[in-house]
Amino acid sequence: MRKLGATLSLYLFTLVFPLSGIAELTIEITHGVDNPSRIAIPPITQAGQALPEDISKIVSADLERSGLFMPLPRRDMLSFPSTAKEVYYRDWRILGAEYLVVGKAVNQSGRYQISFSLMEVHGERKLFTKVVEGPATQLRDLAHYISDQVYQAVTGIPGAFSTRVAYVTAVPVNGKMTFQLMVADVDGARERLLLDSKQPIMSPAWSPDATELVYVSFETGRPAIFRQKLATAAREQLTNFRGLNGAPSWSPNGKTLALVLSKDGNPEIYTYELSTRKFTRRTTHFAIDTEPNWTPDGKSLIFTSDRGGTPQIYKLAIATGRVERLTFRGSYNARPRLASDGRTLVMVHRDNGSFHIASQDLVTGDLRVLTQTYLDESPTVAPNGAMLLYATKQGNKGVLAAVSLDAGVKFLLPARRGDVREPAWSPK
Amino acid sequence: MKTQLLKYGVMATFLTALLAGCSSTDTTDTSSAGGAASVPGNQVSTGTAGSGGISGSSLDSDSSVARVFYFEFDKAILNSEARAALRIHAQTLRANPVNIRLEGHADERGTREYNMALGERRGNSARDFLVQEGVNGALIEVISYGEESPASVDSNEESWALNRRVELK
Repeated sequence: MRKLGATLSLYLFTLVFPLSGIAELTIEITHGVDNPSRIAIPPITQAGQALPEDISKIVSADLERSGLFMPLPRRDMLSFPSTAKEVYYRDWRILGAEYLVVGKAVNQSGRYQISFSLMEVHGERKLFTKVVEGPATQLRDLAHYISDQVYQAVTGIPGAFSTRVAYVTAVPVNGKMTFQLMVADVDGARERLLLDSKQPIMSPAWSPDATELVYVSFETGRPAIFRQKLATAAREQLTNFRGLNGAPSWSPNGKTLALVLSKDGNPEIYTYELSTRKFTRRTTHFAIDTEPNWTPDGKSLIFTSDRGGTPQIYKLAIATGRVERLTFRGSYNARPRLASDGRTLVMVHRDNGSFHIASQDLVTGDLRVLTQTYLDESPTVAPNGAMLLYATKQGNKGVLAAVSLDAGVKFLLPARRGDVREPAWSPK
Repeated sequence: MKTQLLKYGVMATFLTALLAGCSSTDTTDTSSAGGAASVPGNQVSTGTAGSGGISGSSLDSDSSVARVFYFEFDKAILNSEARAALRIHAQTLRANPVNIRLEGHADERGTREYNMALGERRGNSARDFLVQEGVNGALIEVISYGEESPASVDSNEESWALNRRVELK
């Protein structure tokens, strides 16, 4: 068997504290593409023995959640091959499978090594064989890695199954709200608690290396911006100005934050150099300027301003200070985020009085409303640009939902109790 | 259309220990030091990184005068009831100057950080009115909670009307 050099040494993301379990996330796919690729993933075992995590089940769920794949039920399978050599294509053709993933694990001094192959059933050909290895505690990471490889081979787009999402929950406890900052795998598993507070927590945003978060916490009695390392939970308060201290956004090179301060009388956008702790004011306008977010090249900020009378999206070139308006359709466009292509703008857009997530192609100007749920806000785009997560309401409850950028795939992630809000998709 | 339920159970234990916290001191501008009204104590379970040490007294005026002032959607203009009540508070504050907090709030519609700005704009309206009525502006701190601390949690017009407010504390 030929091994391609795709061995991945997955680094361990040790969060000091395991989670509170308050937001047990489930996923309901509400809309998928018309003809998802039928894929079969028989069990991946260690010489027939089950692994501590069901790898093929995790991979199936990942691929199904993308909306582009329909995994075949395990009970329908006629055989459980674990290598390309063991595959009888006929077994899979009669089930209508287009793709097949087989794999097997070996345990070498506490570390699992999984070799896996992707087959195209109709052409009876192997597309790749790869190897991934890691400790038993990271079997889920190994599974997501396999999902990423399969997704990329079939769609041509890198997978985003190994990413995570940060979010805020608000749960009433004895009549008093409790706010929690959480991080979970993007499939909802391995949820971890980062901060627990009786005062609001807002606006989590990732560092570009995905090892830290910045966010707003009211724990001091005022809104203040904090940064916190995920691995150690070490945290630091970065701002303590009178007025707004909000909307932090980490620059692509990791050196600077964009944020909002109103210490000079009204909300203005500042940049903050993390190494020198120097603030530089970037906007000068009596209107509200807020919700800054960096363009992928780090040269500009997009932000919300009501300087034109209603909230609209603007772009500020940092070097020149030149401001350009980007949105013209509708009376409310706010909280912009850019996909990694730098071309697709997503935002909260009011359409006939209701708030939805819309995308705008910055080259053609085309605007598209992507969601039809209720009070939609806080869009955050996956690093591969295929999907976005956002917050919405079901009844009186805040829940997370996802939609593909082409609006073809939609799903909800309802929580059992309390509100879930302000998702932030990790950049890697 | 297909509906699929995938369940991810997750285990849990609560945060148990105090985290290392450190605070930055270079980030406080000079104007934010004194004059603050009482603020809630540090209420997070991961330990402090905050400023702390802020104290003051609450305004102790006639309880029959309104201390919550309501606003129209996306507006920060004081209505006549609010102005009448604030005039009485201004009198009391001129006679007996104490530190106060004006907490500005928004309803849940629109984005959270924009609503933070809107809540502050409402708080500033109340502050400017009090200052115009002769209250020392240094006694007043405006804090916006945006849509984060609603008075009513339902998603309807009645609830939203109750949430678009400034509270005098």
